[in-house]
Amino acid sequence: MAAHLKKRVYEEFSRVVQIPHEEAPAKKLRLSKPSKSAALHIDLCKATNSTDALQYLLQFARKPVEVESVEGVIRILLEHYYKETDNSVRLKIASLLGLLSKTNGFSPDCVVDDVINTLGNEKSHQVLAQLLDTLLVVGTQLPESPAVRPRLVEVACKLLSDTYFGVRNKCLQLLGCLGMVDTPLRQLPFRDVQSIISNYFSDQDPRVRTAALKAMLQLHERGLKIHQIIYEQACRLLSDDYEQVRSAAVQIVWVLSQLYPESIVPIPSSNEEIRLVDDAFGKISHMVSDGSWMVRVQAAKTLGSMLQVSPHFLEQTLDKKLMSDLRRKRTAHERAKELFASGEFSSGRKWADDAPKEKLDTNTVNLIASGACGAFVHGLEDEMFEVRIAAVEALCQLARSSPSFAEKCLDFLVDMFNDEIEEVRLQSIHVLREISTHITLREDQLDTVLAVLEDSSRDIREALHELLCYTNVSTKECIQLALLDLLKNLNKYPTDRNSVWKCLKFLGSRHPTLVLPLVPELLSTHPYFDTPEPDMDDPAYIAVLVLVFNAAKSCPTMPALFSDHTFRHYAYLRDSLSHLVPPLRLPGRKQVYSLDSVDPGCGSGSVESAKLFLQQSLNRVSTIQNLETPGAQDLLNFTIRDLQRLGELQTELAGAADFCATYLRCQLLLMKALQEKLWNMAVPLCLKQNVTATAAAQQILEETYKLEFLYSGLESRQVATIHHVRLQAKALQLILTARTRPGSCEKFLQEIESFQRMFLTELPHLQDGFVDKLLELMPRLLSCKPVELVKILQSSLRQSGLLQLRLPEQIHRASATIIEPTGESDNPLRFTTGLVVALDIDATLEHVQEPQDKVKVQVLYPDGQSHVIHPKPADFRNPGPNRHRLITQVYLSHTAWTEPSQVEVRLLLAYSSSSSSPSSSIKSGWSDSIDGLPPAEAAVEGTIPFSKPVKVYIMPKPARR
Amino acid sequence: MPEIKVTPLGAGQDVGRSCILVSIGGKNIMLDCGMHMGYNDDRRFPDFSYITQNGRLTDFLDCVIISHFHLDHCGALPYMSEMVGYDGPIYMTHPTKAICPILLEDFRKITVDKKGETNFFTSQMIKDCMKKVIPLNLHQTVQVDDELEIKAYYAGHVLGAAMVHIKVGSESVVYTGDYNMTPDRHLGAAWIDKCRPDILISESTYATTIRDSKRCRERDFLKKVHESIERGGKVLIPVFALGRAQELCILLETFWERMNLKAPIYFSTGLTEKANHYYKLFITWTNQKIRKTFVQRNMFEFKHIKAFDRSYADNPGPMVVFATPGMLHAGQSLQIFKKWAGNEKNMVNPFPEQRKLDVKMQVEYMSFSAHADAKGIMQLIRMAEPRNMLLVHGEAAKMEFLKGKIEQEFNCYMPANGETTSVITNPSVPVDMSLNLLKREMALGGPLPDPKKPRAMHGTLIMKENSLKLVSSEQALKELGLNEHQLRFTCRVQLQDPHSDSDTLHRIYTHLKSLLKDYTIQHLPDGTVMVESIVIKVSSSAEDANSKVLLLSWSYQDEDLGSYLSSLLKKGLPT
Repeated sequence: MAAHLKKRVYEEFSRVVQIPHEEAPAKKLRLSKPSKSAALHIDLCKATNSTDALQYLLQFARKPVEVESVEGVIRILLEHYYKETDNSVRLKIASLLGLLSKTNGFSPDCVVDDVINTLGNEKSHQVLAQLLDTLLVVGTQLPESPAVRPRLVEVACKLLSDTYFGVRNKCLQLLGCLGMVDTPLRQLPFRDVQSIISNYFSDQDPRVRTAALKAMLQLHERGLKIHQIIYEQACRLLSDDYEQVRSAAVQIVWVLSQLYPESIVPIPSSNEEIRLVDDAFGKISHMVSDGSWMVRVQAAKTLGSMLQVSPHFLEQTLDKKLMSDLRRKRTAHERAKELFASGEFSSGRKWADDAPKEKLDTNTVNLIASGACGAFVHGLEDEMFEVRIAAVEALCQLARSSPSFAEKCLDFLVDMFNDEIEEVRLQSIHVLREISTHITLREDQLDTVLAVLEDSSRDIREALHELLCYTNVSTKECIQLALLDLLKNLNKYPTDRNSVWKCLKFLGSRHPTLVLPLVPELLSTHPYFDTPEPDMDDPAYIAVLVLVFNAAKSCPTMPALFSDHTFRHYAYLRDSLSHLVPPLRLPGRKQVYSLDSVDPGCGSGSVESAKLFLQQSLNRVSTIQNLETPGAQDLLNFTIRDLQRLGELQTELAGAADFCATYLRCQLLLMKALQEKLWNMAVPLCLKQNVTATAAAQQILEETYKLEFLYSGLESRQVATIHHVRLQAKALQLILTARTRPGSCEKFLQEIESFQRMFLTELPHLQDGFVDKLLELMPRLLSCKPVELVKILQSSLRQSGLLQLRLPEQIHRASATIIEPTGESDNPLRFTTGLVVALDIDATLEHVQEPQDKVKVQVLYPDGQSHVIHPKPADFRNPGPNRHRLITQVYLSHTAWTEPSQVEVRLLLAYSSSSSSPSSSIKSGWSDSIDGLPPAEAAVEGTIPFSKPVKVYIMPKPARR
Repeated sequence: MPEIKVTPLGAGQDVGRSCILVSIGGKNIMLDCGMHMGYNDDRRFPDFSYITQNGRLTDFLDCVIISHFHLDHCGALPYMSEMVGYDGPIYMTHPTKAICPILLEDFRKITVDKKGETNFFTSQMIKDCMKKVIPLNLHQTVQVDDELEIKAYYAGHVLGAAMVHIKVGSESVVYTGDYNMTPDRHLGAAWIDKCRPDILISESTYATTIRDSKRCRERDFLKKVHESIERGGKVLIPVFALGRAQELCILLETFWERMNLKAPIYFSTGLTEKANHYYKLFITWTNQKIRKTFVQRNMFEFKHIKAFDRSYADNPGPMVVFATPGMLHAGQSLQIFKKWAGNEKNMVNPFPEQRKLDVKMQVEYMSFSAHADAKGIMQLIRMAEPRNMLLVHGEAAKMEFLKGKIEQEFNCYMPANGETTSVITNPSVPVDMSLNLLKREMALGGPLPDPKKPRAMHGTLIMKENSLKLVSSEQALKELGLNEHQLRFTCRVQLQDPHSDSDTLHRIYTHLKSLLKDYTIQHLPDGTVMVESIVIKVSSSAEDANSKVLLLSWSYQDEDLGSYLSSLLKKGLPT
């Protein structure tokens, strides 16, 4: 007990009193650093042996060197270089020279002479190579220097005959980076850099051959035109023994084929000639069956970008010229096509239909120089999935530019749906979607495609749904087949509901005429009998209805086939699933949504008129001179209402309308807060009004963050306007709190400054605004007392006009919808307290940039606890432009409850004001040099909820003992 | 001339009992030792009496290499090693060594226990034979003796199948065994580096076939099985025990997994089960997908495939059964076939059998063969770049076609059994060259790289105790303890010149100076002209003051220049 008391006493005495010391001025320390070069010099002199010296150099290399001292350090290093006898130390010094030359702001001209001099005396090949590397760094730092460049090229040419491969490599690199094609060299008047480099295509060392090819590519990348002469040499290197040479050769051949596609090259061992691009295509196709998979990947990728190739060669890549026992054989694809054409598709295959047919002449079978023949067949069958993916992508690129090829490669892509690696399957589905504009699926092909709907991977199924959205089919049987398979899919994986419905929506609207004959069957109507009314909640029935209604949109005769309950169901679905069910002109029904039913023909016109309306409303608002104009509030109120409605009706303009409405709402709030008549009263009396004004200021601040971070497509002008409003809100805050909180005035003044700095270019647009006025009064503000300041602010706030909002071209509001959980379930999710339960979340995000960093999931428990969960980057998929999909799991846990209750789940958009301000890049630029200066505006971080919350019923049970 | 001899004892213009003898650089190697499925008499095994009439083979063979575990490549091994007699090393890869005895034992059981043959090898003989086996790893160079080395390459085809590169000195032979250039569901594609062997001995089963993409076949197969299962039918897949069966298992297993199917798949027990065990172990020999995912799950640990029991055949509901033998002529597969044939819902795949049976079930034929087709063979040739080609393991007529194609580029042979092909090689003789000499010669080379051009050089070749050395002449003299002897050529040239000796000399000097611009020419005060190291002196003859005698002297190293000068001076000086 005594001990306890004693402890208490000590606690009393040892309580820490915190004294706020915001006032204390920040002390700045400026360290005067001792000269680096001197220190290094001492170190190096101390070193008794090479190991020590190396150690010192290594340590030295770890620390950065300031621009001013680089020159000195280089002198010291060179001095030691001349004295040093050990190769490794000299090598390290040489590499340090290169490193130092990269220092920002340092001009490395002066190094060149010294390094070139040392080159002459250097005996060690490794050090030579390193010195050349240093020169390479210097050369790339000074790309345009007329004095340095020719000297370096000259040096490189001289050392090309070195026996060590490393030296030759570096020389070639130098030539590639600095050499000019058209200016002949001084000492070798008849030979330019290109021919010198190409001489080394036949070097004995494969590494040098690779370097030569790479140097040639470098020349090309620098925009110099490579001559066609080297084509033949490059082609020879395609059969080199070493893979890196072959890989580089593939690139060179490709480059040449892009530069000289139309020039004519002879075919060896015959008198014929072909276009260069065709020849190159054949040769690269050949590389798809190379021994090294790296080369195969390279070749497959390259093929995709050779779009100028003649269709004849292109189509060969898919033809392997099958034979069996020297008899010509048709591929399974051809057989399927024939079978389909003969109308026997449904009856299955015929016995021995793959039996070989006519006999082939042995002389016509070409086995050796197969050229482009079957390149993709090989590529798609390759052992390594990297090659297969590259081949699929190449197919896609080629097919997009050639509809006939797209038609041909369809079968092969469909075959890839059965690959053993999911990535490849997914990729081929995506590719098929991309080229789907060119193709129409045959029934048998569709059948194969649909088989994949049973795949257990959700990504695959959804990709396939996406594909079906864009697919054209040819017959009504196809529609039926697709519908059946989709319903089967729905039955097997009920979670696919939304995706399947969406898919059917597009299928219906794409093929109205094909759906029409199916309608009686689909809706199971009968000419004489009434059929029972189907269950309205059955997802399968809804799926059928979605298909039918979307088809009916452009097929006016269809509604005649509907039965009574179909019309009722239509009305219900039109309300509950309005994004899937289009408005229909139904006979004898009032048009409920007059605005929606504008037919698509003048859709663009309506967008135009809506735009006009938006602009007019904004113009009208801009007539408000200042915030005290009578009637201004009403006008704002009405305009906000109008804009909100407009946003609902015209989805294209929703973002813009929302943006304007929010902006105006800010202005309105500001206006209300300022219009309180009690501003003139003595402060202690207006406590109540004070509260409303404080709340308004807070709300405006929040809204401005929403404006800034929730909308994409903002230009700096809009950002300036938003910041302006924020400044006004802060001024309001200041007026309310200036008396109670010392120091806030200085902070506000700082903010004005930073605003001025950030939006210097935008200031002319902000004339008559609040800031404009403040900046005029700035000298006075800086010197005056807080009381005075408040008065000035008050008057300028009231007098300042409303800034007109100029809308940018495109503006989109970030939005998110949680698809899963639906929040409809009455069955609580039961779990034992202390353990966790995983909740699957599936949401779509629109117009969110970099969702991986920004989007978070918030879980609100009924007791007010809230958890924010950061999903893994891998949980985000990107199914389309500006669209993301979040499929993740969040873990819930809580102590025991007596009865089930609901938790709220919603998505948050995190923001940080420092990251998005336009000056951030500049700031980081000089914040390094002027260290110690606090950032002008403390970064404000926060989150904006941007999805509707979803309620999940959960029940943590007490653990059983 | 050195030559490589190849004699097929089996598989020459034929399929079955692969056994090829190779003599290379004085070494004799037997490649594969298989049996023939088609015969039950002596023709079943290769004719080993070709090697020697009596006695053991050990003295005549340096090693035996088995490419893979199929019986037509290893079936005669116990017979050869134990009954004929061979005690030397036998090489095979690890998986082959593991699975081969299972198959041999099965083969022995069928022949001895079922057919009742006598004078056949016993279980003990198989064990003894396997003790002589030395396992090989892929890409591992094994030194059989000081000169003979072998290296195995991946061949696809079946688990553990290998191609072997046999090398003696600079002569080499590659034997492919059976191989497959297109990957399948469980194995990768054959691969070899550009080893440029003198002879490439390749199988040619599909010499006249170019096959369609494997994907169509797989897709068809899966679709048919899936449809049949959905109808509630039963699917019988008769398979040979090893190799293809595993591929189809993997194919169905992954399909079941992907499509979330529940119908059971059965595998008839027996040796397949044992073999499956080894497939699980040798993951490194499988394809990319299996190798990459085995950490999470070994693909050969089937989830959906279970062992079959006779009673399951009568179970209701859909099922898939893999049953041996593949020919549907006996055993389990026939029993099941008879049971299910009456129902049109059911399906069998691949081999139909004409028999008096009311077959209502659907019969599908599908071929999943793992040999390289004509294109594949050409692809391998391109990879290895051999100088000569030798075809085995195929039908003569088909080989002819491929031979014709290959002969457009280089020689191709297709010997019949017992027929010897010899190929003359041109082995290069390696010589050690001293580094100094090499550097000196390199420095003399032109400014541009030109690796292909042969180059003449000065040096001394020392042959000592079976080793060859090329050194500079100074070093050779030093090493051999010899004195250097100078060899000089001297030559007199008569010249009609009216001037005095010194003038003549000067005229010669200016004359040469004008002609030989690239050489150093000196006029020395002691009355000589030096062109490089060639000395020219002038003396007047005693009789005639006008006729001068020029004395030229050069060492043999400057022979070219010296003889040029003498002929030049013989023409006289310009007036």
